[in-house]
Amino acid sequence: MSTQSSVVTSATELRAYAPTADLTVSPPPSRIERARPRTGTSPDNLRTEPGPVRFIIITLAVTFLSVFVVLPLVVVFASAFSKGIGTYLAALGEPEALSAIKLTLLVAAISVTLNLVFGVIAAWAIAKFDFTGKTFLITLIDLPFSVSPVISGLVFVLLFGAQGFFGTWLQAHDIHILFAVPGIALATIFVTFPFVARSLIPLMQEQGTQEEEAAISLGASGLQTFFRVTLPNIKWGLLYGVLLCNARAMGEFGAVSVVSGHIRGETNTMPLLVEILYNEYQFVASFAIASLLAMLALITLVVKTVLERRLDEGQEPRDH
Amino acid sequence: MFRRILPLVAGLLWAGSALAADVSLLNVSYDPTRELYADFNKAFIAAYSKETGKSVEIKQSHGGSGSQARSVIDGLQADVVTLALAYDIDAIAGKGLVAPDWQKRLPLNASPYTSTIVFLVRKGNPKAIKDWDDLIKPGVSVITPNPKTSGGARWNYLAAWGYAEKKFGSSDKAKKFVGDLFKNVPVLDTGARGSTVTFVERGVGDVLLAWENEAFLAQREFGKDKFEIVSPPLSILAEPPVSVVDKVADKKGTRAAAEAYLKYWYTKEGQEIAARNSYRPRDSEIAKEYEKSFAKVELFTIDDVFGGWAKAQKEHFAEGGIFDQIYKN
Repeated sequence: MSTQSSVVTSATELRAYAPTADLTVSPPPSRIERARPRTGTSPDNLRTEPGPVRFIIITLAVTFLSVFVVLPLVVVFASAFSKGIGTYLAALGEPEALSAIKLTLLVAAISVTLNLVFGVIAAWAIAKFDFTGKTFLITLIDLPFSVSPVISGLVFVLLFGAQGFFGTWLQAHDIHILFAVPGIALATIFVTFPFVARSLIPLMQEQGTQEEEAAISLGASGLQTFFRVTLPNIKWGLLYGVLLCNARAMGEFGAVSVVSGHIRGETNTMPLLVEILYNEYQFVASFAIASLLAMLALITLVVKTVLERRLDEGQEPRDH
Repeated sequence: MFRRILPLVAGLLWAGSALAADVSLLNVSYDPTRELYADFNKAFIAAYSKETGKSVEIKQSHGGSGSQARSVIDGLQADVVTLALAYDIDAIAGKGLVAPDWQKRLPLNASPYTSTIVFLVRKGNPKAIKDWDDLIKPGVSVITPNPKTSGGARWNYLAAWGYAEKKFGSSDKAKKFVGDLFKNVPVLDTGARGSTVTFVERGVGDVLLAWENEAFLAQREFGKDKFEIVSPPLSILAEPPVSVVDKVADKKGTRAAAEAYLKYWYTKEGQEIAARNSYRPRDSEIAKEYEKSFAKVELFTIDDVFGGWAKAQKEHFAEGGIFDQIYKN
């Protein structure tokens, strides 16, 4: 309990010393909440359940995970390699497969880059400034999470389709957005939009503006402040957001399916190709592509765990 | 390590991009024609370069016939459409992308190959399904896609209706018959291929109402020891039509190649490819050659029984039409 009250004191001190303005944003209380479970109660005190109950709960969780997560993963790889590694590699070397992999990488690169820039700007604006409509902006950023991907795709059909809002103009200027790379990229950007911003906002809010204010008062320019102070502080959170954004961008099916047009060797991404090959009775080829997506998921998981550890470490000293 | 490999892989992929052909056509087709057009395109590319000296590349897009038509209307740049039924091309023509008289521009209703609706049953035909009557028996589970989204499903529906109307002599009784049939349908997939996968792979249902070519394909893929094809004595003549999409072909300057592509269907080689893929050929010589591949079925046309697609579509499949009334109950 003593640690906790010391945090309160330091927070009050911060309040007293901090220059002006941003005190309404609330980093100090959130720090107290964070500190409580970590330092106040030790994990041992939480173990109140008797042994057998704990055993049953753990068994249930492990069984559930094996059946719903591990088993499907095993099936994907088993089916992919069911006819040997030669067939597996041949399936991945097919022109259609290569084109799908290429398109998926391209679309992921475009949407991750744009969402990175957008996410940092949005998180910056929300965490460091106060303005009217801030809550509304946060809600807007979250919108793609709550909208069905099919609807996200249809929105772009309604906007850029030949019968859509900009349709006539686009046709007249011979610009192809729908059923081409731009449309697929747009739909992907839309559905992956919240990841970077969402992983940065809490982090930046917690960090407050003191360090930036210090840098500026010492004569740093805006850009210098961003690259020397803000960026190092948020880098792990940023990478975390980028990682999740990338995983979703490569794996998106619904929205992309609506705007793709399914032109073979041209507008099929990997998830779309998996479905197509499966429907053509080419099971090995289908699962070979699926195994690439599964590997992406596994890599994402590992990197995510590493990043989460870094994120925690990065914040620990700040709390005291 | 991943970071070092990634640029390398990406570089290889880009380098491996296909070299551009003289002409590139996009054929927007329906679900079960994937294997047919893979075969046909190969033959056409060879024939076209031999005849004109030009290289041509053909891209394919497959999906439910209705949703493919919708995509073309929304701007998918199809040079040719090869869909499951005339109504879907009519819908595209309705938006001014295809000339209204498109079905008169090529012989035989612009349908170079035909098919019909048959039953695919499990080995040994355990429920003894021989004719349409057997489908409405209690305890028989029938698999068909959704007529709202699938062209094949509309043919299934109309085949059942046509049979009942001929047998019982009134459309009221036909409505009752088709209603009873759909009571035996546990699941409606959106496309023909989806239904085949449901029946063949997931093992749902006793009988699949399928395109004849689709039934043969499933049998080829999974072996005759697993599935049997039952051809009812009476069924519908399904005419999947083809057309150049005038607006797109003219804009892209691909009309000549697109027209040559569709006309190739009417050559002996084209007809042979259709027959080989279990589509019924139009050419009498090729038909005779492949006579044994297809069961003798008495076929009625949509014009005979329903007065054409426009009328059938409006009466049966439009919002609030007979299918909606049947499926609600």
